[in-house]
Amino acid sequence: MSFSATNFAQPRPVPVGIRSNEKSLSSDPFRFRFRGSPSFLGSPHSLRFNPTPPLKLAIPHSRRSPAAAVTDVSNGKMVKSSANMLITKEEGLELYEDMILGRFFEDMCAQMYYRGKMFGFVHLYNGQEAVSTGFIKLLKKEDTVVSTYRDHVHALSKGVPARAVMSELFGKATGCCRGQGGSMHMFSKEHNLIGGFAFIGEGIPVATGAAFSSKYRREVLKEASADHVTLAFFGDGTCNNGQFYECLNMAALWKLPIIFVVENNLWAIGMSHLRATSDPEIWKKGPAFGMAGVHVDGMDVLKVREVAKEAIERARRGDGPTLVECETYRFRGHSLADPDELRDPAEKARYAARDPISALKKYMIENKLANEQELKSIEKKIDEVLDDAVEYSDESPLPPRSQLLENVFADPKGFGIGPDGKYRCEDPKFTQGTAHV
Amino acid sequence: MLRAIRHKNILPAFSAFRAFSSSAKEMTVREALNSALDEEMSADPKVFLMGEEVGEYQGAYKITKGLLDKYGPERVLDTPITEEMALICLLNILQAGFTGIGVGAAYYGLRPVVEFMTFNFSMQAIDHIINSAAKSNYMSAGQISVPIVFRGPNGAAAGVGAQHSQCYAAWYASCPGLKVLSPYSSEDARGLLKAAIRDPDPVVFLENELLYGESFPVSAEVLDSSFCLPIGKAKIEREGKDVTITAFSKMVGYALKAAEILAKEGISAEVINLRSIRPLDRSTINASVRKTNRLVTVEEGFPQHGVGAEICTSVIEESFGYLDAPVERIAGADVPMPYAANLERMAVPQVEDIVRAAKRACYRSVPLAATA
Repeated sequence: MSFSATNFAQPRPVPVGIRSNEKSLSSDPFRFRFRGSPSFLGSPHSLRFNPTPPLKLAIPHSRRSPAAAVTDVSNGKMVKSSANMLITKEEGLELYEDMILGRFFEDMCAQMYYRGKMFGFVHLYNGQEAVSTGFIKLLKKEDTVVSTYRDHVHALSKGVPARAVMSELFGKATGCCRGQGGSMHMFSKEHNLIGGFAFIGEGIPVATGAAFSSKYRREVLKEASADHVTLAFFGDGTCNNGQFYECLNMAALWKLPIIFVVENNLWAIGMSHLRATSDPEIWKKGPAFGMAGVHVDGMDVLKVREVAKEAIERARRGDGPTLVECETYRFRGHSLADPDELRDPAEKARYAARDPISALKKYMIENKLANEQELKSIEKKIDEVLDDAVEYSDESPLPPRSQLLENVFADPKGFGIGPDGKYRCEDPKFTQGTAHV
Repeated sequence: MLRAIRHKNILPAFSAFRAFSSSAKEMTVREALNSALDEEMSADPKVFLMGEEVGEYQGAYKITKGLLDKYGPERVLDTPITEEMALICLLNILQAGFTGIGVGAAYYGLRPVVEFMTFNFSMQAIDHIINSAAKSNYMSAGQISVPIVFRGPNGAAAGVGAQHSQCYAAWYASCPGLKVLSPYSSEDARGLLKAAIRDPDPVVFLENELLYGESFPVSAEVLDSSFCLPIGKAKIEREGKDVTITAFSKMVGYALKAAEILAKEGISAEVINLRSIRPLDRSTINASVRKTNRLVTVEEGFPQHGVGAEICTSVIEESFGYLDAPVERIAGADVPMPYAANLERMAVPQVEDIVRAAKRACYRSVPLAATA
């Protein structure tokens, strides 16, 4: 019986970080191990054919969960006891449905893009669904999610209706941002999704600020129920950006309720993470700032969920931030305009075999949590949801011309608030200056 | 890189006395800003300050003096040096981190007042000022508003060199979604800062280091805690009928001095204190030009694509037929700010430059100053 062990590096005097399931890494002979002086200055080609034996970590695993993970089942190890399931049937179906929604939605986006209904930059999330579902399905509605340009599935997992996201992508007035944001700028105040940022690393300080506001509300404004947690999603390339480190520092310094989720899909457009980073093990950067750093297999939704539970609980308690590195992979290119020529087909095939959706499906069937029929019916349901979303978006109107100048300011004409607390432009004595609509 | 913290005892470049009919209580710009912050923080617990040295150091220019003691470290946050990482040097300012944090807090209804030690350092955080603060209300179609204020000294100080002397009014004012304010007197400072803090949108508040120590008379109305000035309205500091001079921040003082000199020579100049660079009070400027028929724009920043260029175009678009002379544009020299005192004096507009330009606009023959 194999175990999935998730271990957290605690920020004590000699912080130590431990990988969750070495198996998934060690079974991958093509993964480069960083040891001593690197020889990876050069093309990715030279990296691929340097298999080195896996790192032996001398630190014992401090905690083991009794249940098996999805990948263990995929590797052929059956779980005997059903009393130690990580999820119930309902939870399993919820996770499955969310991942299927994410996958089918992104596939539909690709189709719509090639038909000319969607335009601009579109970055698809295929293959990474386990991270989004694993984390976001544990959140409350009031918790915040901040994402990057690869944000469609984060929006869907957080609860933004597929119709709203699809019509936003089509640029219609019924989109979640009335067509003013687009693929890379999904915002939903109702669902506490505050972006959608095109610049890498831009969302991290904003997420840190959202976490700060939660702490401020609790401690300064004395709102006892303000225990909201913030999730910041970003990629491996972002971990070489200055803002990331500034925020790790401040989040740890002020013990903010935030979880930094690194979706390490090994590639920043065409730049391999291993070529770009002095120490590719991102989870280690957490303890350097005095916070917990965890590595988890991001292709396994149950492992991600377990790690997420602990991190979210830590944040809600007020014990500070966590840095979670999810090893994942995007099956498609960086965006729909990316020819994706630099990635090795063998690498892609390897990760395709670890598809999180088929892994969860296999797990649920083999553990008798669901049968083929139920899962198929979920897929059918999602197909219908998406067909409806596309139809709705097709039929939605384009934004009217008058919408061009709206929403530049929250203050209707941009003249500020008077001493009586009302908008100055509503004062009949105030002569209109600029900002006509 | 050494950053010289200006000592408080700067002698004002000129006397700011003028005749006021109401009570002549005097207040320095520093006191005005401090009192505005104090009152707004006590009125609304969601207002908090962030910046380098705003707390224990009492503010790099002592604007936030006393606020840490009064409101505590949870509302007056000394931040680490984290604007946006550029260099590893200890003294370098890294600001994107806390600027972005301010924006994130503002998304959730808190009202941060972020201090930049000077606006030069805001360049390291400009991504957050523009992309996450200014554009968010639009990108989210009105769902997320960002009630944040970015304040700090802007423009040239004295002898601080090229990297500490740039004026950012034109850069920020070109961006939709931002409001850009630039006070001159204590009354402006108090009223505009209070308006900025109450405003639901991101405001860039450009102060001037050399004005901090200057005193101005303030009326009782200004001292009232609910006093605030309208955003988007300019003030006519001095009425006149021959030529209009527009200016903002320190240049208003210079323009007023120039108007005195011109008055002795028979030219009656109207001085407009812009107060608000974005939205620009085009109607006041145009009304004034329609009255005087001549315009001189004064600013401290670089000439190309500057505030003066925008005012000139606005006047040409709306009041072309009323102009009797080409618009004269006075701006800083088109060079990075030199260090040597005499060169620095040449790189920043002086009162004589404004006088000369006004005379040119009035067709009194005065040769153009030598160009660099």
